[in-house]
Amino acid sequence: MTIYYSEDHEWINVEGSVGTVGITEYAQNALGDIVFVEVPEVGDEFAKGDEVSVVESVKAASEIYSPVTGEITAVNEDLEENAALVNSSPDGDGWFFKVTVSNKDELEELMDAGDYKTFIAGLE
Amino acid sequence: MTEGAPMVRVCVLTVLTLEQMMSEQDRNSLKTPLYSLHEELGGKMVPFANYLMPVQYPLGVMAEHKHTREHAGLFDVSHMGQVVITGDGADVWLETLVPGNIIDLKPGRIRYTMFTNEDGGILDDLMITKRDNDMFMVVNAACKEQDIAHMRAHLPDHLKLNELTDRALIALQGPMAATVISRFVSEAKEQNFMSYLEAKIDGVTCFISRCGYTGEDGHEISIPADRAEDICRLLLSEPEVEVIGLGARDSLRLEAGLCLYGHDITVKTTPIEGALEWSIGKRRREQGGFPGADKILDQIANKNIKKRRVGILPDGRAPAREGTQVLDARDNVIGEITSGGFGPTFGGPIAMGYIKTEFSEKGTKVFLAVRKKKLEARVDIMPFVPQQYFRKH
Repeated sequence: MTIYYSEDHEWINVEGSVGTVGITEYAQNALGDIVFVEVPEVGDEFAKGDEVSVVESVKAASEIYSPVTGEITAVNEDLEENAALVNSSPDGDGWFFKVTVSNKDELEELMDAGDYKTFIAGLE
Repeated sequence: MTEGAPMVRVCVLTVLTLEQMMSEQDRNSLKTPLYSLHEELGGKMVPFANYLMPVQYPLGVMAEHKHTREHAGLFDVSHMGQVVITGDGADVWLETLVPGNIIDLKPGRIRYTMFTNEDGGILDDLMITKRDNDMFMVVNAACKEQDIAHMRAHLPDHLKLNELTDRALIALQGPMAATVISRFVSEAKEQNFMSYLEAKIDGVTCFISRCGYTGEDGHEISIPADRAEDICRLLLSEPEVEVIGLGARDSLRLEAGLCLYGHDITVKTTPIEGALEWSIGKRRREQGGFPGADKILDQIANKNIKKRRVGILPDGRAPAREGTQVLDARDNVIGEITSGGFGPTFGGPIAMGYIKTEFSEKGTKVFLAVRKKKLEARVDIMPFVPQQYFRKH
């Protein structure tokens, strides 16, 4: 398993041909208290960069973009009742959805943990 | 409120000339006398109404909101305009600009009212205090230049207008606010809601008004700018008090059903459409004599308004933000959300907005066009959480 990061502050944890997607610690901190997450439906198909989900904090709504092209195979239903999981556990229980990774080349365009750390350091 | 919303994806599409960028920067970089304290306390500073203001502190919007509802929150509202009108008959003159009953106000009492235009539209909403020798007003930050120009344009020679640019303004709000203030000013504890007194805190004369913008009990305190930081430090050293940003100020006032000028009330809405007729007393209704009186009084008498400000409660968990269209069952647009978000104390999404009068009855089922979905919602009465204003027993 390998975790990749996008410039939009999503992570994708790829195991075999399926990736689990969430937002990073940096993103949850920037968004503040998250009160609602609109997740896609199982079976929905997205191209890389498509708007796939929406996160609402007390302050504002932010779009989440699909880091890869694929089909949704599962969504985190716990977020419906407890969106704050994204704040408390952005890289664990606060995951958003699972998506098939149909084109592994797209992963090459993402960052690894070290590159992402350098990337967010440059944003400060 | 139009705060800088943190977006996960950041797109910079606006192309500004260097000159525009310079003036943008100047206009957005005014600082209140408490700016360095905000920075020291970890405030996240964002441009708001030409000022750099703290949108939140390390506690975060949700916890700041709840702390204010449960204990006491300290807010810097020094960006708002403080204006004094001096001269005989200042109250009589003010009634030519606002529909509120100002003449009959007793000294030491405060009234909420609004500047109206000839079409009955709202130019700004404000608080007017009748003091022993003058009238003290607090107006919105984004409108203060326009308000002052408006007043000056109508000001008779025998009256003087003075903007108090050398004073800060803070608010202490919440169930423990009066207890905290009374440790410094004992008479503030039993001070009536919507009343004013002057007293010394730490040796400096403060204007202490029992009012606010959260739905909670509390006070707004005007302090000479050079002592504002000292007095804030004193208040913050009290165990019940946390410093609160504009983010929580907005969610607190929305739960309390209070209007944000420029959003929930504008030049395109009258006080009656805005459900603010309670602020127009009997004598003013009978006599008129304020801008737009013909239209506003006709709207009161004949209830002939096309739209009305109401509370709107989404059935689900998704918040509906400002600008969201309100639809009927057949997808006709019947209104628009003007403030919407999540109510931390209410525990769910809340909104207010304008809706065609025939749909404005409490309990009416409506729909909200949120992204590509049509979400069910219901018209409701505000406030969404009970107001806790101080009443003497």
